[in-house]
Amino acid sequence: MGKKKTPGINSSSTADIAFLLLCYFLMTTTMGDQAGLQRRLPPIPDKEQKAEDQKVNRRNIIIVRINSADKLFAGNEALDVSLLKDKIKEFIANPADDPNLPEKEMKQIEGLGNYPVSKGVISLQNDRGTSYQAYIAVQNELVKAVNELRDELSLQRFGRKFSLLDEDKQDIIKKAIPQNISEAEPKDVGGKKK
Amino acid sequence: MSKFGGSNDKRDVPGISSGSLSDIVFMLLFFFMVTTQLRETENKVIVKLPQASEVAKLERKDLSSYINIGTPIRSLQGMYGTDARIQLNDSFKTVDDIRDFIAAERDAMSEADRSYMTVAIRADEDVRMGIVTDVKQELRRCSALKIMYSARKPAE
Repeated sequence: MGKKKTPGINSSSTADIAFLLLCYFLMTTTMGDQAGLQRRLPPIPDKEQKAEDQKVNRRNIIIVRINSADKLFAGNEALDVSLLKDKIKEFIANPADDPNLPEKEMKQIEGLGNYPVSKGVISLQNDRGTSYQAYIAVQNELVKAVNELRDELSLQRFGRKFSLLDEDKQDIIKKAIPQNISEAEPKDVGGKKK
Repeated sequence: MSKFGGSNDKRDVPGISSGSLSDIVFMLLFFFMVTTQLRETENKVIVKLPQASEVAKLERKDLSSYINIGTPIRSLQGMYGTDARIQLNDSFKTVDDIRDFIAAERDAMSEADRSYMTVAIRADEDVRMGIVTDVKQELRRCSALKIMYSARKPAE
């Protein structure tokens, strides 16, 4: 009975086992695609609230309307989606203090001092026949307009883009340039005025 | 004078060791385990998300519930037709069922988290807004006001 050497375990098949596991996970899982445009829906209005809503000054509101043929109207003129962003930016920023564009309210914001906060509200209306793609494209342009204004302000005040700021400063900028997008009550008619 | 070959006898080329192959595959495996998540429900509707460049990531994935809207998948079209349908969890539902769905999702969350619940609307880009508006109105009635329109970032 001589001493026997224990043979080493052949490890070349561990790669195959790992491949099997890998394939299993590839099949059963999905890449996280949890990104999107976040919104807050308005609560169902009470009777008392309705009277308050109508107090919003006409100059403070821009109505963006998409009809059933995916045509876009912003402030009563037909517009291409690519031009919407600049219109919204002008509407919110109102650089020349045009009396037809929204008024501003001086607000004391901590960390920023007095800043004229726009009172503008974007009202988005759509028809039942509007395609979802067109709707999202318009929503995207609205968000883009707000984001660009926020970027401009943060570059000016903090020397950095909005997304690179820390949370406190982001909140300051958010207060200075709020994202007021209201999604109107649904209406069944397409393209008609109220 | 050449370094290789020449007057020397033929040498055996050493075999490539495959011992580290498994390590590489394991690394791949871990990558996929970390970046992906288990599929919770089977999709019964075709959803091709619309593109939007300004998408923001959802902070808490566990606090979101999903409403899928789209045309039924090919194999179910014979039974359900090609009209856009709403899918909640694993089955086709109507707008009226959303109330129960939201209530059930709320119950599954802890008290503190309920106000942070987000409803992600995953609608196909060809869907008409009518059905989406119905869903939104029903969500308002259930006071599930935080919503998200799922979209994908366009490739740059």
